[in-house]
Amino acid sequence: MKIEVSYQQGVTVISPKGKITIGVGDVALREAVHEALEAGARKILLDLENVTTVDSSGVGEMVSAYTTVTNREGQLKIVNLPSKVADILQMTQLIQVFDSFDNLQEAVDSFS
Amino acid sequence: MQPVEEPQVKISIGSRYDHIDLISVVVDDALARLGLDDDARHWVGIAIREAVANAIKHGNRQDPDKNVEVELAVAGDEAVIRVHDHGEGFSLEQVADPLAEENLLRPNGRGIFYMNNFMDEVEYAERPDGGTIVTMRKRLAAGQVSVDPAEKAEEAGSSTSS
Repeated sequence: MKIEVSYQQGVTVISPKGKITIGVGDVALREAVHEALEAGARKILLDLENVTTVDSSGVGEMVSAYTTVTNREGQLKIVNLPSKVADILQMTQLIQVFDSFDNLQEAVDSFS
Repeated sequence: MQPVEEPQVKISIGSRYDHIDLISVVVDDALARLGLDDDARHWVGIAIREAVANAIKHGNRQDPDKNVEVELAVAGDEAVIRVHDHGEGFSLEQVADPLAEENLLRPNGRGIFYMNNFMDEVEYAERPDGGTIVTMRKRLAAGQVSVDPAEKAEEAGSSTSS
């Protein structure tokens, strides 16, 4: 799993590619969010467009990212959910926890 | 319940998470040959990932000297997947409901919930020589393989709260 990080209008956009699963992608996501927070980011957007598979560890890592950022008085939102990622979040009623968008620009604008 | 034939696939891995991908690839190929469509294989693949991850983490406690065995067999119109570990077993009663409000933001505790939702049947048994055997069944017949997450979540929610 690879993660790209970009910046738009003061928003840190974290874009994982591939699987967010136990032992690999979940750790990478945790580190990316941690690094963003350490760098002072408080507006963080997870762009999930290129995520192919999420398991319970990946879901757990997304929840951890959400609570960690929120506890630091930041905001974490998600955008471009593939249908299977949306389904797996829906099943565990987490879809309503995350502020979710279908369009990157709309998501970035929502932070301002 | 149909008698289970000899396994079509039998894999043994060390207790390392990076071996889960190997199992996924092999089992996915076997399920495709059995006629399971892409969507169904994705969800069954997640269930197998969860079962193997649990076997590595909670069963074998990541002991590199303990293996996890995975078998895929066919019984009638069902694919039967068994995951064996060599741990000390666990109690299902101790597994918290991930849909309970107080658990919603917990970072863990959703694996068994997903397994129950993505498979038609999940059973747990203790091995005579120690460890746990998880047996998961998925119907192969056309029209019975797709997963409707909303419907399954509703079913799971009602069964969990009963």
